[in-house]
Amino acid sequence: MRTPIQFTLNGEDVAVFAESGSNLLDVLRETVGDLTVKGGCWQGTCGVCTVLIDGAPRVACVTLAEACAGRSVETVAGLRRGPDLHPLQTAFMERFAAQCGYCTPGMLMAAKALLDRNPAPSREEVVDAIGGNICRCTGYEPIIEAILDASRSNSRRSA
Amino acid sequence: MLELRKDIFADERDDNLKEIGKPTARQDILGHVTGTSPYYDDHRFAGMLHLKILRSPHAHARIRSIDDSAAARAPGVKRIIRAADVPVNLNTLLSLIQFGKDDEPSLASDVVRYKGEPIIGIVATSERAAQEALALVRVSYDPLPAVFDVEEALKPGAASVNPTYPKNTFEYYGKYDHQKLRYGDADAAFAKCDVVIDERYQMSPIEHAPTETNGSIAVPDTNGRFVVHTSTQALFFSLDTSAKINAMQSNQLHFIGGTVGGGFGGKVDTLTEPLAILAARLTGAPVRHRLSRHEEMQFGSPRGAERIYIKDGMTRDGRIVARKVRAYFDSGAYTRLSSYAAVKCAAHIPGPYTIPNVHADVYCVFTNRTPATAMRGFGVTALDFALECQMDKLATAIGMDPIEFRILNAYRDGDMKAHRREAKNCALIECAQVAAEKANWPIREEYKRMSSRNGGAAAAPHAPAAIAPSRQAAAAPQRAPYDRVSAAPTQPAPSPTQPAPSPPPRAPQPAPAAPTGSSHGAPRFSSVFGTRRR
Amino acid sequence: MTKHRGRGVATVNYPIGMNLGGDPSQALVHSNPSGKFTVALSSIDLGQGMKSVTRQICAETLGVPIEDVYVDTADSDTGPHCMGSFASRGTHRVGNAVMAAAREARAVMMEAAAEELEVDANDLETDGRGNIRVKGAPQRSISVRDVAVAAQFRQGKTISGRGIFLVPLSDVDPETGEMSPATCYAHACLIAEVEVDDETGDVTVLKMTSAYELGRALNPKLVEQQLVGGAWMGMSHALYETPEPYYPDTRNGPRDFNEYLMPGPGDICPHDIAVLERPAPDGPFGAKGPGEMCANPVLPAIANAIFNAVGVRLNELPITPERVLRALKARGGAASSTRARS
Repeated sequence: MRTPIQFTLNGEDVAVFAESGSNLLDVLRETVGDLTVKGGCWQGTCGVCTVLIDGAPRVACVTLAEACAGRSVETVAGLRRGPDLHPLQTAFMERFAAQCGYCTPGMLMAAKALLDRNPAPSREEVVDAIGGNICRCTGYEPIIEAILDASRSNSRRSA
Repeated sequence: MLELRKDIFADERDDNLKEIGKPTARQDILGHVTGTSPYYDDHRFAGMLHLKILRSPHAHARIRSIDDSAAARAPGVKRIIRAADVPVNLNTLLSLIQFGKDDEPSLASDVVRYKGEPIIGIVATSERAAQEALALVRVSYDPLPAVFDVEEALKPGAASVNPTYPKNTFEYYGKYDHQKLRYGDADAAFAKCDVVIDERYQMSPIEHAPTETNGSIAVPDTNGRFVVHTSTQALFFSLDTSAKINAMQSNQLHFIGGTVGGGFGGKVDTLTEPLAILAARLTGAPVRHRLSRHEEMQFGSPRGAERIYIKDGMTRDGRIVARKVRAYFDSGAYTRLSSYAAVKCAAHIPGPYTIPNVHADVYCVFTNRTPATAMRGFGVTALDFALECQMDKLATAIGMDPIEFRILNAYRDGDMKAHRREAKNCALIECAQVAAEKANWPIREEYKRMSSRNGGAAAAPHAPAAIAPSRQAAAAPQRAPYDRVSAAPTQPAPSPTQPAPSPPPRAPQPAPAAPTGSSHGAPRFSSVFGTRRR
Repeated sequence: MTKHRGRGVATVNYPIGMNLGGDPSQALVHSNPSGKFTVALSSIDLGQGMKSVTRQICAETLGVPIEDVYVDTADSDTGPHCMGSFASRGTHRVGNAVMAAAREARAVMMEAAAEELEVDANDLETDGRGNIRVKGAPQRSISVRDVAVAAQFRQGKTISGRGIFLVPLSDVDPETGEMSPATCYAHACLIAEVEVDDETGDVTVLKMTSAYELGRALNPKLVEQQLVGGAWMGMSHALYETPEPYYPDTRNGPRDFNEYLMPGPGDICPHDIAVLERPAPDGPFGAKGPGEMCANPVLPAIANAIFNAVGVRLNELPITPERVLRALKARGGAASSTRARS
């Protein structure tokens, strides 16, 4: 049975009909048309589909879309402000923190969740924040360094 | 940032380049960080259907009957695809380069040979509808004896896995069940050695585990062709394989890809495209065929397991004199690429060392498990594990430093390799020296002075007698009719033959010649270009 | 319970390209009306940087800045045949094909410029910034853009090129295995330092130090990506991964990432890397390809380090804590190997 779902996606109101019981990943990609969220395992174990729901990192593939009613959902499509990239995106570029790029959207969202609540994390805190995100290409080191870079550039900006 | 040791081999390089050598940002990095890089599944088509596969629960069984009538009536089901629907239901990947015999069906019809083998496909309006319909299919099986161990599979009386290769091994040259490597006389040499070490190594399968699973979307195109968005690592490999299986002309298929979420060798086998295309033809609709993570993990082909026996003989001075290898590639139920890996493995033996007596037999064996395929380091990774563990044991046995031991035995320019080609462009010694220095691993001065470019220590006392590389007919290099032979060198054609006289393994090399400019492609802007166009 | 430290080394080489050759790649390079170039390929970027390295090769060969080149791949209608991205063949085979195509395009471009400047093409050079000028008289120059316009609209020339690179297929002798597997090889030495817990069998990799020789580092950051990422995968192969934990028994295989373990960001270690360059005579600017070799030496280096730490030899992969403990038990306990080493 199709049910109406309304939520905010990257600051914009979204209202769709989806099969009751659908997961948020499918609704975002197939119904809403946000293809920036990727699917890796469809069972909540790889972190590739990480999005933010009311600021907290969640794996969209095992999140009920209906449970997002009225909530704020953020995907990587909403990271940039118009033409300006988010400091995390710039840092990932400069640090060569992506090879195949498939884990990158999930990594960026996990990192954003961290920096939004903890603007000056330690390396251990960064490692913990991305501990649920699998990367098969980079060996993680450039990703960790990119997130630390972004946190430092954030603090420089607000200083 | 890594350290570039520009000082080493500097006389062989012209580093006066503009764009080469720069840490230029990746062309695709902006797409990656904005989530807009177009993977195959980032294309949407109205009315797209979903193909899911019923897979064998048995490692080896005869299919007695299939009843898909309930599945055909299930909600959302548009078409069931059976073995009889597949136009050419027997293939092997390397038939495209005329290597091996067709042995693998796209859909099993009478016998299943590994757990997970595809039996039928269901095309439905959603993945869920397809999967729920799959659960309604009734298949009855008569289980058959199965074999899982490579050496057991080679014993007489073992269950036969693959009817194309009834003795459970690939056929090489129409007469051997293994690839041979014979150089010198290893058995005779062992008798003269002071230390002999004989070991067995085992590497189990490895799953590629890319974050993006194998998948493709086949779409009927406006002019009777099919567009296929695919995760393949080899566009034309997959296109031509799909054309063969579907009995289509290659130009009826338009393959689009090139942006892949990790491959590591696991996206060469063309696992999803042929049936996706068939499903699109049979339904007239776009069809996506995507592996779930469980399918990717257990039924997407893994790196094949390898079992390697190595027997080494060494003299008291630390020189390895004989190396004998017996290696088994576990190909699983079908050939795919393992037949090629066995030859590549033989080519890699005995490793980057100059050893005068080398003997190897490399087997490609069939067992009742998921067919194996290429993975990063194909044919070499497990062998390098075995060789380098073995080198360590040899060094320990003789009380030598492990790095010095490798430098001593390392191949150098001009040495003869076991596959009868001259070693050139070597650099193992320099890598060992640099790594030792970086890690504060002390090695003696004489080892710090050795070089890949000259003989170093006196020629080995165990130089092979008359190991002359045979003359082989040079394979005619392919030339397109419009090829401009007279233009600036576009492709050096390396000759596969070598001069007949056998050089001693440690022939001292003259000082390296001054760099000749464009021999390796670095253009000197003043002279190479400006060829007058005919 | 004691943690024991040890170091181990491995040295390897790796053949570049499909074994025995016979694996061609083609490329097309053409200029648009304003002197911007497209490289058309059917080659695949798996993340290794195919699009990026071919872009740099093309720009260098043409003599134009990188911003004036774009790589378009992969489309079987517009990209000429490429065997595929595997066997560490991409940089070498596709790179050479791109060079050949770019050389042909450059030759036309220089001829067109020569006609505009009324000189001989041999007297011209590119400045790498989008201009073509007379050698020794740089004030006499013309932009690539103007050359492209002139070539297309006045001279009737197409500034484009085609390239193919093929290592001819080698025979194999059935009796001796004589063959030409590859035209060049990359090299590596890797030292791994580990800590082994003799109560749990856990092996922690503390540090890796390595030297890789790969012909030429066309882009040092792309090389670093491969070497760091590959070493991680090597560590994962050595200590964690298998879909058949009881091989050749097929039971209890992992079905998903809950059960198929790989090291996470908290399990990585510092990796100190040096890169050496001994150009391959037939590599594009001498380049070979590090994409596969970068994982291989880690597996035996770790096994050898474990021996150095606790005196047991593990001949089966992956080296799980269970296997370490069984080996220690069989040995009667841990003992560092007696080799003197600082």
